[in-house]
Amino acid sequence: MTERHVPTTGELFLAFLQIGGLAFGGAVAFARSVLVDQRKWLTEREYAELLGLGQVLPGPNVGNFAVIYGRQCRGLMGSVAAMGGFILLPLFIVLGLVALWMEYGQNPWLDAFMKGVAAAAAGLAVGSALKSLSKLTLPVEQLVAVGVICLLAAWARVPLGWIILFCTPVTLALSLYRGWKKRKAA
Amino acid sequence: MSPTPLDILLQFALLSILAVGGANALSPEMHRLLVDSLHWMDDQTFSQLYALAQAAPGPNILSASVLGMHLGGFMGMLAATVGILGPAACIAFAVGGAIDRLKNAWWIKPAQAGLVPVALGLMLASGYILGDAAFTFWAAPLITVAMAVFVWRSNRNPLWMLLAGGIVGMIFAR
Repeated sequence: MTERHVPTTGELFLAFLQIGGLAFGGAVAFARSVLVDQRKWLTEREYAELLGLGQVLPGPNVGNFAVIYGRQCRGLMGSVAAMGGFILLPLFIVLGLVALWMEYGQNPWLDAFMKGVAAAAAGLAVGSALKSLSKLTLPVEQLVAVGVICLLAAWARVPLGWIILFCTPVTLALSLYRGWKKRKAA
Repeated sequence: MSPTPLDILLQFALLSILAVGGANALSPEMHRLLVDSLHWMDDQTFSQLYALAQAAPGPNILSASVLGMHLGGFMGMLAATVGILGPAACIAFAVGGAIDRLKNAWWIKPAQAGLVPVALGLMLASGYILGDAAFTFWAAPLITVAMAVFVWRSNRNPLWMLLAGGIVGMIFAR
């Protein structure tokens, strides 16, 4: 592998500014697009691992991702830059929306536009997950786990907290078992 | 009756630690606390403000900022934002440090790999849940499928397809 570029605090800030500002319908897919596809700072696997960590910790997934990845790159200032960049634009936009909403209420054109965006955002999440899955070649038990977790969350509507509490130990144990076997074999 | 910024900060900081799975997992608890238990706002106001926050880009957890603004103006917004993000960010920062110290332990790589199915399973599920809520007009599933294929098959910025989806929505969803 070639020498990897470690982003500076300024670059972290700008990248997460872009992720936050674009992230209609979920920042997760945009984080993937910007960090893996566009800037190539992270591999598919590193992205998925960091995201998993961000999801099992309390707080916004990509916010946690930003704090941890920022720290890995540039310590505390990296965390501050990434997290600050991530929430800056969304905060302004959402507060602007509230002000507009208080002023004008519902607009049918805007409403229809947002419906279209919402449908596209659903496809964005599915497409991103498929892309990661097709590139990662997970072991079969982990693929089954992806399916089970998806069904529990989407179809059975089990609250996310419960899924994380009960499914994470299982996927962790499976993965640790695999790692332990490989270590013994080596 | 109306809470001080400090009240807001403390309540949202408490919520922050509970927010495993992000804001969507948190919304029932937020509703219970702000509407039923503290009586800081009524049910309808909560629902409208929450839906509005969902329409904006970025983390859904910023619905807390919107609720804070409604409760206490600019200072309320600031208090709610710092409260909901602060404790969680500190935990993430500490965990990031712990992982860095442990990076040579044999089990850290498999442990991180073990989080991948959680990440991808939940991402797929969020697509299904978003789609379920978004299929309110006949063209919506077509937009969703087109977007999924676009993201899967190309490395282009998905923003253009989101805009295209919005425009198709303006044509067919009115």
